[in-house]
Amino acid sequence: MDLLDRFAAGDLEAFEDLFRQHQKHVYSWIVRIVRDSGIAEDLTVETFWRIYRSHARFQPAGNFPGWARRIATNAALDHLRATRRELELPADLSASGDPDLAVRHETRRQISLAFSHLPPKYRLVAILALLEEEPYENIAVAIGISPALVKIRVFRAVRMLRKNLKSMGVGIEKDK
Amino acid sequence: MNHRDENEIRRLLKDSIAPLPDTELHRDLWPSMLRRLDQTSLRVPWWDWVLLGATVAVIAFFPGMIPALLYQL
Repeated sequence: MDLLDRFAAGDLEAFEDLFRQHQKHVYSWIVRIVRDSGIAEDLTVETFWRIYRSHARFQPAGNFPGWARRIATNAALDHLRATRRELELPADLSASGDPDLAVRHETRRQISLAFSHLPPKYRLVAILALLEEEPYENIAVAIGISPALVKIRVFRAVRMLRKNLKSMGVGIEKDK
Repeated sequence: MNHRDENEIRRLLKDSIAPLPDTELHRDLWPSMLRRLDQTSLRVPWWDWVLLGATVAVIAFFPGMIPALLYQL
């Protein structure tokens, strides 16, 4: 019996082997979404707990990394739903006493705040598509929706962000 | 709303949100996983507590049901 068959049958040693093979990939996917190493470690464990609990539903002929990534994405999305943490600002401006830089720092803080107010499912696609520049196809597979729907969610996220920023008085200059 | 808006928002976000310094995992999480598995195996589902409470209540208020309950075991 191969590793995936043994895992599907509930073998803990097979699960440990899979955990050790895939923990780094799962962690690096989650940390790109939640952007905090401690939270990403907790969610990696949560992801594998969900994987272990669902072992009977796993088809050994299936794609384990893809399945794990989808469960990891759901765990990260649950975290985004439970929290509305502002993302960390770049460190280069915060320590300066220059008034112009202070204004830029405040603008960045408002953008981060507007971003944190996006509904979680839009925040998820915005992080992956806009910040991480992950291809729509990969995001679609990870979330379990079509690439066209990912595109629609990115479009709506951009629209909501523009609206949030406008209501905060932050202007957006368009490219010439 | 078009591709230019998306690029502009992307540029703003990248400028405003700190990039991830590192996406590598630097420690083995298996010990944490084992602790999680151990904790969960000890946890009693809430429904079991409800059943236990109902059984205790039946025994306390209707002692005559004890033989019927024992018969069900």
